[in-house]
Amino acid sequence: MIKQYADQVHRCFRCGYCKFPTDYSDFNCPSYARFRFDTYSTGGRLWLIYAWLKGEVEWSEHLAEILYACTTCKNCAEQCPMRFSTDIVDWIVAARSDIMEKEKGRLPPAVTAFLEDIYRLGNPLKSRERRDAWAKGIKRYQRGDEYLLYVGCLGSYDELGQKMAKSVAALLTGAGVSFGILGGEESCCGSEVYLLGENELFRLLAQRNIQKFTELGVKKVVTLSPHAYNTMKNSYPLLGGYFELYHYTQLLCRLLREGRLKPSPGRAKVTYHDPCFLGRYNRVYDEPREVLRAIPGLELVEMGRSRENSFCCGGGSGNFVTDLLSGSRDSPARLRVREAHKPRADILAVACPGCLTMLQDAVKVENLEGKVAVRDVSQVVAGG
Amino acid sequence: MGDIYSALVDIVGKEWVSSQKEERYLYGRDPGLTLPHEPDYVVMPRTAEEVQKIVRLANEEKIPLVPKGGGLALTGLVIPQKGGIVLDMKRMDRIVEVNEKARYVIVEAGVTHGVLKSHLERHYPHLRHSIPDSPPIATVVGNAVIHGQGRLAQQYGFNSDLVSGLEVVLPTGEICRLGSCSLSPYWFSRGAPLPDLTGLFLGWFGTTGVITRLALRLYPAKKMRDVMVFLADKGEQVPDILLRLVHTEMVEDLLVNFQPLPIMLQGNYNMLMYITGDTEEEMEFKRKMLWETLWDYFESRDGGFMSVPEIMKSPYLAMPSKDTTRFADVRKGGGFEYSGPIIPLEKYPDFVRKTEELAEKYRLAYSTIGRVIAAGHCMMFAFAFSFNRADPDEMARVKEALHEAARFSIEQGGVPWKPNVSEQKLIMERMDPVTLRLMKLVKQSLDPSGIMNPGNWEMP
Repeated sequence: MIKQYADQVHRCFRCGYCKFPTDYSDFNCPSYARFRFDTYSTGGRLWLIYAWLKGEVEWSEHLAEILYACTTCKNCAEQCPMRFSTDIVDWIVAARSDIMEKEKGRLPPAVTAFLEDIYRLGNPLKSRERRDAWAKGIKRYQRGDEYLLYVGCLGSYDELGQKMAKSVAALLTGAGVSFGILGGEESCCGSEVYLLGENELFRLLAQRNIQKFTELGVKKVVTLSPHAYNTMKNSYPLLGGYFELYHYTQLLCRLLREGRLKPSPGRAKVTYHDPCFLGRYNRVYDEPREVLRAIPGLELVEMGRSRENSFCCGGGSGNFVTDLLSGSRDSPARLRVREAHKPRADILAVACPGCLTMLQDAVKVENLEGKVAVRDVSQVVAGG
Repeated sequence: MGDIYSALVDIVGKEWVSSQKEERYLYGRDPGLTLPHEPDYVVMPRTAEEVQKIVRLANEEKIPLVPKGGGLALTGLVIPQKGGIVLDMKRMDRIVEVNEKARYVIVEAGVTHGVLKSHLERHYPHLRHSIPDSPPIATVVGNAVIHGQGRLAQQYGFNSDLVSGLEVVLPTGEICRLGSCSLSPYWFSRGAPLPDLTGLFLGWFGTTGVITRLALRLYPAKKMRDVMVFLADKGEQVPDILLRLVHTEMVEDLLVNFQPLPIMLQGNYNMLMYITGDTEEEMEFKRKMLWETLWDYFESRDGGFMSVPEIMKSPYLAMPSKDTTRFADVRKGGGFEYSGPIIPLEKYPDFVRKTEELAEKYRLAYSTIGRVIAAGHCMMFAFAFSFNRADPDEMARVKEALHEAARFSIEQGGVPWKPNVSEQKLIMERMDPVTLRLMKLVKQSLDPSGIMNPGNWEMP
């Protein structure tokens, strides 16, 4: 939670490296690719934040849209040539947190609703269902279980996310892994809440999870979502929550290596979309690929932009719900599924429930149904 | 004003027009030191036909029109001095054609150097273009319009010299093709054997029309590329060293840096020579030729080749060079600007001395870069000063230093490159009055309503 950003943010020269991937082949900043005005690039955003701090630009609905259209995908941090590159996204998040205090009530309505829904209902999907309504037959975590499977909001409430959660749970069960879920006692991980700048709510959610995990003696947490993985791995320790974190693809990889998981053979060409919070945030690139390569009959092909140059689906910072980048042929998810279709991949494999829902929707809009199927890695392993 | 907004929306669609404060703020300034001035509208056209309609509208309404590419000249050339419409050309981003046999590429006005480089590497690995050291968002058209220089400048000249055809929307709204493409499907020549009319648009900073397409010459991309570094400590010897290197015809790009950092290079003139080849024998031959041509400097202990470890080589070989951009963070403040006059090579030592003098006088962090252009016919010399955007006093000092540098350059027989508005005035004050009258005639003939990037090249 960098508050010193106000003394640093003017250091951006607005050189524009942040707009590209390493090979400059295309624009790799999702909001710039979508809107194309320089204001929507990281450089533009940082200059506007500085202008707002200096009082040269007043807070407005449009400025709010610009600031919250950033998906915090970290492409800018990856490409920025300056020494402060690693801090850029923290500056944007810190500015949002400042704005939350100073401009309360003047956020994009979708962002306000997102935060309010988490506050009131415990999830951003407006669901009043029980958090574990999807999880019939899946064991609840008990003291002594090796892993807690943390499902998260999308896994609990989104239809595609639920399928993904069931699929992961089935594979773990089949491999004889000792695990359980929290069910109704699980709380939102707070990742997006933090990225949107609502620090107090984040702290509340994080502490609730930390307390529950600690009460139950949880040591190892495996998450469905890279967002939860990232926040529990990197932010929870700052609040006293120290757990051994795994993304489910890492655990699947381990199970494969140990011979405990037998993937179903399949004949398909698969391309893998690196989620930002697993890839650029945590440098997990190889395990998901190792899992896919282990599936007999599957051919893994890479998209033009992959690994640290992966193009964000547009869902970060709560955009999988707030969807501030939608409504255009150049919406990131639509660009991404068109890119996945280029190498004629039959399956676009993902490792994040946010990416799953964003890209699945984009496949429909792009009329690519029947040509590219979006599946999470566990579903591909299961032959689904 | 509301009518103009609606008219612009009718032309390009609502999504691509803004009159909102945030866009006006950002498009009203660049990373340099020119005072900001906001446009009334920012518009992103997709086609030449849309540009035509916008130009016609601007003509009817007498609204200023400023075409903008990457906006990285740093000298305020696309800051709309009199408001009006900024045309952000970056949506016109198609690479229209690569003609492998005639060795040119046709690009739309928004194609960036980064994307072109990547496209050639991927699809035409035997061809390359002269990529500048500005960041990859710099557009091919914008760079040619300001007479930018790239990594092949020593061999082939300014990037504007490498233009082999233009499509322009004239300030009256007509579309015009210049060069062989005016009568042929091929864009191989900008002029010869016809009168070369591209000069009516290159170097004019968008004051005579809007370039919508440009053909750029491509050159062989060799399989191997390397950099050699020669260090010398006497500035007076630099012109001779550079000319000897040029004489070998082995070097594709030739730079000389003199700067206080890094400390290991302090006090030295650091000459970077880039060589390419298809075989190791060819590379070795070139290295040998360069060694031999400077052997007596080595023997007299006036200079020597530096062994360059791989870790140091890779930033030297990077295209574009991220190190150039990093200079903006020397003062931890996100700013640098340079005065980059085009000068005779023989004047190099005087310009270095002047930079040191200015840095001391105005208490500034500096760097100098010289790039040899077109076999030594001239060189670009950058007096570069870094500043902190949060320190108005330092910004004012840099501004004064650059102004003094521009005056010095003209006195020494140089010509300011991509001059800001005040440097343009200096140039026009000293220019042959008949030349100035001719420029005025051209401007008035092409842009009778004076709508194109007003404030720039405004002749008395």
